[in-house]
Amino acid sequence: MDLTVHAGDVYGYLGPNGAGKTTCLRMMLGLIRPTAGTVRLFGRDPLQTVAALDDVAGFVEAPTFYPYLSGRRNLELLSAFDGGDASDRIDQALETVELTDRARDKIGGYSHGMRQRIGIAAALLRDPKLLLLDEPATGLDPAGMRDMRLLIRRLADDGMTVLLSSHLLAEVEELCNRVAIVRTGKIVYEGAIADLKRSAGATYRLSTTDDERAMAVCRAQPAVTDVRVVHGKISFTADEPAVAELSQALIEAGALIKSLAPQTVTLEDLFFSLTEGDGVVNGSVPAPVEVAQ
Amino acid sequence: MSAIEAVPGRRLGTKPRSRPGVATAYRWELFKLRYQKRTYLGLGAAALVPILFVVAIHFRHHRAGGGDFAFASYLTKSGLVVPLVILLFGAVWMFPLITALVAGDIFASEDHNGTLKTVLTRSLERWQIFAGKGLAAATYAVAAIFISGTVAVIAGSLESGFHSVQTLSGSIVSAPKGLELVYLSLLVYLIPIGTVVCIGLLLSTITRNSAAAVVGTLMISLLFQLIGILPGLGALGPYLLSTQFNAWQGLLRQPIDWSPIVRAAWVCAMYAVPALGTAFLVFLRRDVAGG
Repeated sequence: MDLTVHAGDVYGYLGPNGAGKTTCLRMMLGLIRPTAGTVRLFGRDPLQTVAALDDVAGFVEAPTFYPYLSGRRNLELLSAFDGGDASDRIDQALETVELTDRARDKIGGYSHGMRQRIGIAAALLRDPKLLLLDEPATGLDPAGMRDMRLLIRRLADDGMTVLLSSHLLAEVEELCNRVAIVRTGKIVYEGAIADLKRSAGATYRLSTTDDERAMAVCRAQPAVTDVRVVHGKISFTADEPAVAELSQALIEAGALIKSLAPQTVTLEDLFFSLTEGDGVVNGSVPAPVEVAQ
Repeated sequence: MSAIEAVPGRRLGTKPRSRPGVATAYRWELFKLRYQKRTYLGLGAAALVPILFVVAIHFRHHRAGGGDFAFASYLTKSGLVVPLVILLFGAVWMFPLITALVAGDIFASEDHNGTLKTVLTRSLERWQIFAGKGLAAATYAVAAIFISGTVAVIAGSLESGFHSVQTLSGSIVSAPKGLELVYLSLLVYLIPIGTVVCIGLLLSTITRNSAAAVVGTLMISLLFQLIGILPGLGALGPYLLSTQFNAWQGLLRQPIDWSPIVRAAWVCAMYAVPALGTAFLVFLRRDVAGG
């Protein structure tokens, strides 16, 4: 499995439960050993030396801290474990995650959302070029999720590269420019979300005065594919010229158009198609993963 | 199997980072101990037991004047005897338990809090974190022994006076010389205590459960005591951990008998080195999948 994360990317790492996302992140961070093969992060093996994690920070699952120490003390400890000038960034990190006012409170009393944010603050101490976040919005209320999205967006806008593992497809679609979709430990798609959507083709929903006849007309058009009935309407995939020709054919066949609307393909549609189906997205097969080395 | 590759855009992985070392891990482990109740429980017990012992002497001293253990008849004659008696009886379970409170918890608490994944993804190597924790557990044990000894000297001297002491050979040594022997005895006592620390670290690493590690360490210590009193196993006596807790008595003979101290050093090493080595390898190679 190769992941190519371009500098400045907000890279979504998607897959169903059990696909191996968190396991992969743990291996990248040197927390667990692969049963076979090796792991390379920027060409270095994190199991050989923790120096492989230079310029990398983040957390797997929920970030964890010493509950009997304050937020600031925890950050001081971690900055000492980071070395260098990490301790100089404590105030700035607390400010970034908007926890300056609660920094002297024990972390044992923090809410889940505050712990997630202090987790990001702890990651920022390392001044990372790559931030690995595993389900950062899990367990947060809607306001917390919104704040987390804004925070990640802000970090990305500041030039940080983010690898975001998430189940929240809407969040990934909103935040990420590129994604890897993994199924049973293998990547079934890697690339830009826009390319993935393009590969899926444009889907339309059609309603006519005679849907039976309209179905037959659709199926007779060579440039119209994936014709089926969805929620009582005819669904098909086609490009714009083919839709124009279809409109003409429907009128000639006496099936007058009541409505014809393009459907937006969501990342969720594509995700389920790739992870639960046969890897075919609305008739289009995603390009095989090409990894820049 | 798995790789993440940086595509040029910003320079990655080229910035030199000054690395923290074992001293950093050690300093912060000590700092964390300051915020944990078990630290104060252990050190408090180490200080309180000698005081309670002296209080008991105070109320019973008219009936004192004999006993069936070393120094019993001198308890009311010199306060310097009190720390020695505490060492004698503390070996049964008190000092092993006090030692195990931290040694058995120091790795297991990381599992309990799920914080191993937090500290292992910073810039300290695993061996450095292990060394820092081991040194902190040892420091706590040293502090417990010396706090107990010092409190015993002070409380004993307040009760019975700071007087000369009779050695186990029958000779009398001055109070200052007696004080020196007391602190040398505390130092020798650290040899078996160090072994208890290593056993605690091993169980803490393997069980990943604080209660199991603390109780397990105490049980192992008590098991040695039990083997030592079982009939027919007398030949094992010199090689039991429990026996080494009496090695300091060699200092209280004229001339000093070094043989029990030397034996304590290698017998304890026989137990401590495999325990510490195994704990080290387990910690170095373990997968951190929880938390």
